[in-house]
Amino acid sequence: MMKIPCPHCGVRDENEFQCGGTAHLARPALDASDREWGEYLYFRDNPKGSHRERWRHAYGCGRWFNVVRDTLTHEISAVYPITETPAR
Amino acid sequence: MSKQRFSALSLLRRSLGGHRSWEPQWRKSEPKPAYDVVIVGGGGHGLGAAYYLAAEHRVGRIAVVEKGWIGGGNTGRNTTIIRSNYLFAESAALYDHSVKLWEDLSQVLNYNVMFSQRGVMMLAHTVHDVQVFKRHVHANRCSGVDNEWLTPEEAKAFCPPLNIDPDIRYPVLGAALQRRGGTARHDAVAWGYARAASELGVDIIENCEVTGIRRDAQGRVEGLETTRGSIRAGKVGVSAAGNTSAVLSLAGVRLPLESYPLQALVSEPVKPVFPCVAMSNTIHAYISQSDKGDLVIGAGTDAYTSYTQRGALHINMHTLDAICELFPMFRRLRMMRNWGGIVDVTPDRSPIIAKTPVPGLYVNCGWGTGGFKATPGSAHLFAWTIANDAPHPINAPFTIERFRDGHLIDEAAAAAVAH
Repeated sequence: MMKIPCPHCGVRDENEFQCGGTAHLARPALDASDREWGEYLYFRDNPKGSHRERWRHAYGCGRWFNVVRDTLTHEISAVYPITETPAR
Repeated sequence: MSKQRFSALSLLRRSLGGHRSWEPQWRKSEPKPAYDVVIVGGGGHGLGAAYYLAAEHRVGRIAVVEKGWIGGGNTGRNTTIIRSNYLFAESAALYDHSVKLWEDLSQVLNYNVMFSQRGVMMLAHTVHDVQVFKRHVHANRCSGVDNEWLTPEEAKAFCPPLNIDPDIRYPVLGAALQRRGGTARHDAVAWGYARAASELGVDIIENCEVTGIRRDAQGRVEGLETTRGSIRAGKVGVSAAGNTSAVLSLAGVRLPLESYPLQALVSEPVKPVFPCVAMSNTIHAYISQSDKGDLVIGAGTDAYTSYTQRGALHINMHTLDAICELFPMFRRLRMMRNWGGIVDVTPDRSPIIAKTPVPGLYVNCGWGTGGFKATPGSAHLFAWTIANDAPHPINAPFTIERFRDGHLIDEAAAAAVAH
């Protein structure tokens, strides 16, 4: 059971949360090609290691936030607001 | 290596010598400088592809490189369920191709894979389940795949331990039964393919992790960098399950995959008590009894990507809650061990067996939570695709490009998490 630090409620068990998948995927413009749209919808880096992802404290405050989590260790190295887009 | 065929006579003859005369069933190979085809990944799918390349396509020099030991990944750690009652015609054709190969695999490989067509029964607990499963039954019949609807009483008759009390939390409203479905011995599948491939000259190279994919000036694959040195290769087929994204990224290929830990667990061994495979997609429980006597139980995936090869405990507890309610006689049974394997999941929950944008590089991935059942079919079609540099008609729909052109084979909504 992972412990996830909700920025609003503090550290809670993982099953209070819902994972929203990879963060910072930019939605393409309306005139995007099928290829760009397909890449946006379905293709992922699926990294071994540091992964920026969105989480929601579904059974708590209900709010979204971003997390940097290592997919090999589950260590959470950063938590930051949903509106923030850090430089890569 | 001398041909060591298994037969009643050879077993009897060797028994007279106390079974001390058996030789290793496959060769442990050192990497050679060059091969016509190198398969990355020594699980059932990869070993099988090497076998079919040698046996049916007469490819000369073939190697399988495996970063650990053969069959040490998901092939050796899964719930061994085999069935083909998928909704869409493309899927039913793919999985039924596999079931047909399972039916005589022991004879073809001269290795007992203990394929047992004891029947796979999928339980319906809600009105939605009933409608979906009946739709599956009708679709399967149109595709020539056996699948039949059972009432709760018929389900209980087929599987006496089942609790069909209407007052339980998720009562059984009926079931879909595929009688040709069943189980096989997972380790034996890897060993049988390894033995048969080795006999045909395939080099099986263990403890050999791929660290780079070399390409020539035109972009075509020309070899691999590995922890055991450089290997030249005319073609490379990647069959690396949860690690596929990492391997393909070495050639700059990005895939519609995410990797998740999928868990299973086994109980202490007991006398034969459970006659079939029972599955509940809705409340996440998959159970059968191995010939050794332990109950083999499948749980779900974690809800976030991970390469840890362990899942969260609450996932297993959720499954055991369901097992205890559906089969109350197992309530005091102790669990012996559990494990998590990393599975590569596509957005439509259907696999990819295809060419990649890189010439000479092929991929067989995206089997998600249900790759074991497809082992022979997947291996057979992947070998065909590599040998002919073009897909077989059965795997032609299972491309990478379907995620760009929209021709998804959407088993996700139809079959929930179970495959």
